[in-house]
Amino acid sequence: MEKNESEMITIYVMGKKHLVPADLTIMKAMEYAGHQFKRGAGCRGGFCGACATIYRTKGSYKLQGALACQKIVEDGMYIAQIPFSPAEKKTYDVRELRPDASTFLEYYPEIARCLSCNTCTKSCPQDIQVMDYVQAALRGDVEEAAKLSFDCLSCGLCAVRCPAEIVPYNIAQLARRLYSRYIVGPTEHVLKRVEEVEAGEFDEGIEELKGMERETLQHRYETREKRL
Amino acid sequence: MKLPYYPGCTLKTTAKSFDVSTVATAWALGIELVELPRWNCCGTVHALAKDDVMHYLAPIRNLVRVEQMNDEGLVDDNRVVTQCAMCYNTLKRANQSAKEDLEKMTKIRDFMEKEPNYRGSAEVVHMLEILKKIGFEKVSDRVEKPLSGLRVAPYYGCLLLRPREFGIDDSDKPSVMEDLLGALGAEVVDIPFKSKCCGAYHTVQMKEVAADLSHRILSQAAEAGADLVATACPLCEYNLGDRQKEIKKIFREFESIPVVYYTQLMALAFGQGEEATMFGENDPDPRPILKEGGLI
Amino acid sequence: MRLYYTYTSENASFKARVEELSGEKIDLCFQCGACSSGCPLTAEMDLLPSTVIRYAQLGMEEALDSNTIWVCSTCFNCEIRCPRGIDIANVMEALRQMRLRKKYDRVSLDDLTPEELRELPQVAIISNLRKLTG
Repeated sequence: MEKNESEMITIYVMGKKHLVPADLTIMKAMEYAGHQFKRGAGCRGGFCGACATIYRTKGSYKLQGALACQKIVEDGMYIAQIPFSPAEKKTYDVRELRPDASTFLEYYPEIARCLSCNTCTKSCPQDIQVMDYVQAALRGDVEEAAKLSFDCLSCGLCAVRCPAEIVPYNIAQLARRLYSRYIVGPTEHVLKRVEEVEAGEFDEGIEELKGMERETLQHRYETREKRL
Repeated sequence: MKLPYYPGCTLKTTAKSFDVSTVATAWALGIELVELPRWNCCGTVHALAKDDVMHYLAPIRNLVRVEQMNDEGLVDDNRVVTQCAMCYNTLKRANQSAKEDLEKMTKIRDFMEKEPNYRGSAEVVHMLEILKKIGFEKVSDRVEKPLSGLRVAPYYGCLLLRPREFGIDDSDKPSVMEDLLGALGAEVVDIPFKSKCCGAYHTVQMKEVAADLSHRILSQAAEAGADLVATACPLCEYNLGDRQKEIKKIFREFESIPVVYYTQLMALAFGQGEEATMFGENDPDPRPILKEGGLI
Repeated sequence: MRLYYTYTSENASFKARVEELSGEKIDLCFQCGACSSGCPLTAEMDLLPSTVIRYAQLGMEEALDSNTIWVCSTCFNCEIRCPRGIDIANVMEALRQMRLRKKYDRVSLDDLTPEELRELPQVAIISNLRKLTG
């Protein structure tokens, strides 16, 4: 009988030592070790930012940031989770804002404290140039700030480490909202489709579907033309 | 001539007229100002505490960019030009302190491990120094519409001239702005408070103090018969110009006097249009007095 | 009136810290007052700049309680005037840092209205926070 043997390595979770298979992600390794995630787990797919984790590896002074559901464990990893970083998201109505530097300064004036130390970029598990987008916002370059922060998951690792106490992902979110509303503008094909719907172009089709028998509807669905 | 150019945050936003008129007038004099790629806020003011390293990261990072520009062949000049007097002072002082203190420089290089090591080759200069080097006769030659009859009071502010070691000119008796304005054909009005503090950052949380100091400077200019005040720092321009509303609240009889950037006057004298002079951005509006003098 | 003052080891360490942070030899000051006469903000100060230097020479921590160190706008007028080459602005910064580094902020962003934050030039907000917050 074949047995799948995995190499076992040592990790330390919140100071306690565990032996875990080497090919697991941090999240799976912690669960293997017996931890149950009540917080700090979400989509498990690298998209929601809930599993923000900090760790050090043996022999290195560097404090690194990662997403527990994505990062594979390493021998001698010292792990702690940051399931939530405290941050206030300011309330604003995007419709009333202007896409320039004064908007950022009005809602998040602490960006004026940025030291350009780049600690945020170093902690980002998504390899985003965080310092660059904060600086872009400070300069009023909304487009640059939006484009650079596209992959941001608001995991909070940058905010926890920033010495100037800035919450970069809040800046990024504001930048992206300003960008899409004021610089990209409304998407033509969506507006056109909305017009078509309101003009009643799809009313007949919908009525037809509503009046169908269940089997007919099922058959229609299964043999639908798949447009890619 | 191609020179690395560091505008600074304020020149890209509230002081856009300074940025635009600088680039336009430099171009007219045969200087192409190449903006630093990926530049960051210089984090003014210079950190005076001797043990400080953190506050050096921002200015030194910009100087690394200057070296990168040279290495990549974008420019062939290790001097970086800036206009904002506060950025100038911050960059220049950080440059000098880091170069003199090897331990500090090592720490800075270690911390900014993702950047190439700063070799210390960049030199920070102010635009007025470049103009002086080119020669004010060259500036005169380019003048199409001399600012005849316009009485301008130059205002240096603090950080262009002080501390003594870092001043662009003699701290007690500067003359570079007077020479420049003279080359433009303007009548220079000298005021004793031309380098007295305008209140600087106190305008944020002690605006009456800034208003009081600015009022003293502006009253001298008015008494000496100046039509307007020319400055080289966006913070001074704000305190002397935009804060006049605040001054009026405290000093009822105060009469407004326009405040402009010296490059806006250069652009006017060079015959460059509103896109370069951007007088519409100044508060109070200098255009009425310029119209009166037949200059626009 | 006679004033008695005992110079203790606390005073000595305070003075040493000021000299270390500022890099200035405070003992050079002979109280000529040139710095105070050139300072544009003395009207707002409770102690003159030269008095603050005197306090520093005597290692008196009371220097940190004056508003002088916060009113100073770092214009360096004192530096160019001092006949002994002391940069008084450096000493002021050292005294500020000694307060700010103990979790103290002299100003707060909460005091600013949204209109002010929108209209103030970046350089003003940046330098204000740099000088007056820790």
